[in-house]
Amino acid sequence: MDMAKITIDKMGCKGCDICIAICPKKVFVKSKKRNGYGSNMPEAQNVKDCIGCRLCERLCPDGAIDVEVEAIRDEN
Amino acid sequence: MNKLYEKYIKTDLLPTLFCPGCGNGIVQIAAIKAIDKLGIQDEMACVSGIGCSSWIPCYFKMDVMHTMHGRALPFAEGLKLARPDKKVMVFTGDGDCLAIGGNHLLHAARRNIDLTVILINNYIYGMTGGQKSPSTPEGAVTKTSPYGAADIPLDGCELAMAVGATYVARWTTAHPIQLEKAIEEGLTHKGFSFIEVLTQCPVQAGQKVYGFKDPAEIMNMYKETTYVYKEGMEIPKGKTRIGLLKHDEDTTEYIDRIEARLESQGIKRG
Repeated sequence: MDMAKITIDKMGCKGCDICIAICPKKVFVKSKKRNGYGSNMPEAQNVKDCIGCRLCERLCPDGAIDVEVEAIRDEN
Repeated sequence: MNKLYEKYIKTDLLPTLFCPGCGNGIVQIAAIKAIDKLGIQDEMACVSGIGCSSWIPCYFKMDVMHTMHGRALPFAEGLKLARPDKKVMVFTGDGDCLAIGGNHLLHAARRNIDLTVILINNYIYGMTGGQKSPSTPEGAVTKTSPYGAADIPLDGCELAMAVGATYVARWTTAHPIQLEKAIEEGLTHKGFSFIEVLTQCPVQAGQKVYGFKDPAEIMNMYKETTYVYKEGMEIPKGKTRIGLLKHDEDTTEYIDRIEARLESQGIKRG
């Protein structure tokens, strides 16, 4: 089983919530954490469901999301 | 932070001046991914005009020229003629390219000069406060059309195809992978490449033009109201065609034509 590591940059995120809507596995949820702009930012909660499609990385308009999938996935 | 940002974006200028949920950032990432795939960071030169979308290349760690309103294409043509070894990419908006710079688009496409033009179409003048642009759909309520826009919108892709652009494609921000491939093809194509990207402007256009305020809902709307044409399919009514619209590899490029003409008369260029 592969595990992904998702980091969200607090200073980059503007709280547009595109990632919450776009993720096919619903990894992101809205949290009470504030970003650099003062609005609520998403939190990667269900990381174990992540399939590593990297749509959030491509569709984050501020490039705040970084997904790292372990190399086990490439070998299979 | 995105892994490519360190290499391609001036991170000390971040955050970008785009509003939350703006589609310009998605186009920015698609462009740097395409450039990264081709590995041509040092050969790139970006030109842009005035408008929200024209701020996209200003964050790139490349040669960038931020020019007058609507005049990005003439500047890019001059740059390409002076430095034919550079790959020139132009970022313009719908007001920049279709309204004030409409004439320049006609003549750049007619000459078939080797440029890659990315038209970021959000159906509104976003930077100045939400006025009607040439591509605003009929009936949309904006600041300058309070009773609904009465004129018929202008289709940039049809216009470019009619005057002779040799690579024309249209994608939306809801199709980031296809958009990246289109930019890559446009950069490798020798000739005038015109890529239109339908983006969202949740702040100025939002509810009145698209019918949704949330950026993710507007992107979903783009997914539902567009179609990719396959041979023999019935054309759905009221939907916008996306995908590759024209790819013509047989025409000669402007600089090649000039050089052939000079050579035939015994003149050496440069």
